[in-house]
Amino acid sequence: MTGKAYMIAALEEVSRVIMENEAVLNRLDNAIGDGDHGTNMARASRMMLKLLPELAETRDDMGDILHQVGMSCISEIGGSAGPLFGTFYLRAGMVNHGKIAMEPADWVASFEAGAVGVSQLGMSTEGEKTMLDALFPANRAMQEALEAGKSLQEILAAGVEAARDGVEYTKTIQASKGRAAYIGERSIGHQDPGATTIMLMIQAMHKVAVDMNAG
Amino acid sequence: MKKIINAVEKVEEQMVLGLVKSRPAKLKKLDCGNVLVRSPKKEGKVALVSGGGSGHEPAHGGFVGTGMLDAAVAGAVFTSPTPDQILEGIKAVATDEGVLCVVKNYTGDVMNFEMAIDMAKDEDIRADYVVVNDDVAVKDSLYTTGRRGVAGTILVHKIAGAKAEEGASLEEVKAVAEKVIANVRTMGMAIAPCTVPAAGKPGFILTDEEMEIGIGIHGEPGTHREKLQQADEIARQLLDRILEDIDYKGSEVVLMVNGLGATPLMELYIVNNFVQDYLKEKGVKVYDTMVGNYMTSIEMAGFSLTLLKLDDEMKSLYEAPADTAALHK
Repeated sequence: MTGKAYMIAALEEVSRVIMENEAVLNRLDNAIGDGDHGTNMARASRMMLKLLPELAETRDDMGDILHQVGMSCISEIGGSAGPLFGTFYLRAGMVNHGKIAMEPADWVASFEAGAVGVSQLGMSTEGEKTMLDALFPANRAMQEALEAGKSLQEILAAGVEAARDGVEYTKTIQASKGRAAYIGERSIGHQDPGATTIMLMIQAMHKVAVDMNAG
Repeated sequence: MKKIINAVEKVEEQMVLGLVKSRPAKLKKLDCGNVLVRSPKKEGKVALVSGGGSGHEPAHGGFVGTGMLDAAVAGAVFTSPTPDQILEGIKAVATDEGVLCVVKNYTGDVMNFEMAIDMAKDEDIRADYVVVNDDVAVKDSLYTTGRRGVAGTILVHKIAGAKAEEGASLEEVKAVAEKVIANVRTMGMAIAPCTVPAAGKPGFILTDEEMEIGIGIHGEPGTHREKLQQADEIARQLLDRILEDIDYKGSEVVLMVNGLGATPLMELYIVNNFVQDYLKEKGVKVYDTMVGNYMTSIEMAGFSLTLLKLDDEMKSLYEAPADTAALHK
């Protein structure tokens, strides 16, 4: 079981890692989009680092914390990242309402619910060179690890590995969703910035799980 | 990168404030954010709201005023505004007759506007929207993001805005906006990229001998790169793409020769010189021509060509009075 302490620490680490990678994400986006994915996600992360300590003080419901994070993403990021990442957290929150601690199965269910929400809102699926190319494979790997009775740390480690493979896969395919789709086959050979962000997020969550010996 | 700015994080707000101060009697900025509204508020008629990322000036704030937009919501450079920000714009100008949002077809813009419209409906505002997708450079397909909304959006503002000013219903304003969207096509090119202030680096690099064909308005590369040609050849290539998308033969059109931010008018006129002759040769009658910077991509050097196929209704609405910073009729 992991409680609020892990949730807040994990989301803070996610925010810090994204801020550290702002330039990297911008550079990836520059090649196939408009070069501001890092800027937008860093703006969200700065907002999160302000919001999370407040939530840690005032909330105990894990679903509520995720919901608040999602609403803030939608209200403050803009672009497509705002609604997409916001929806990811909102949907993850929906499967955790009323819980003050989460089992590994709840974490896997959260990722799954978030991915389905993003897929529906973006009218997109795997193979279109988007964040979903990291998210869906990571979810499958985490589900398998869960079914094999692994710990949260092991589950997240499996997710990191699958997300990394997913990011590599995005280099080989042509974008059909998002701004990279506008450059057609010239998008092949470039790594998707959104998928990279997903990989960084799961990596950060894994690191904190290990550091805190959580789950 | 050199830019005449004060601070990267102040770009959008200071731009909006500067625009308002250029027309203090006719424009107002909302206190809650970078939302520009017409002043005084238009009453008893459908309100028109548009917006999107900044960096496309004069779009969209430059088109707020009589006969065009009631509000323009400015996001960060090249980044759609948030639903909350859009909702503030909608609420500030909403009337009992309703609000029509004009949205350019980008994933982020469509999602944020849809969310804002849902929130407005929750507050009992009659709100609806249209999505502009005039860019023929991008292949339209059910399975992709679809064509982008670019310079043709200005003609939607003009014609739908005139319809709203006449006192038409929300349904009627939406119908004429959709008619413009169905009949307007654009194609663009660039010889030099632009730099997003926060990124500090251009989206692509071109040598002195190269040009990008099929670019959008966000500094992203185009569909392909070619050896730089003479103006007439470039214009012919862009026009051929537009003309094969809709049959314009025998019809009257509004032609827009749109600069992308850093293109001298001299070059836009050189382009227009050819375009007029070429359209005549193709049997297309130019009813009116707009040459200038209407939908830009910061300081990108390049241009786009837009053709709107007119009917009698669109023609008379196009001619109706408009009083905005960037367009007068």
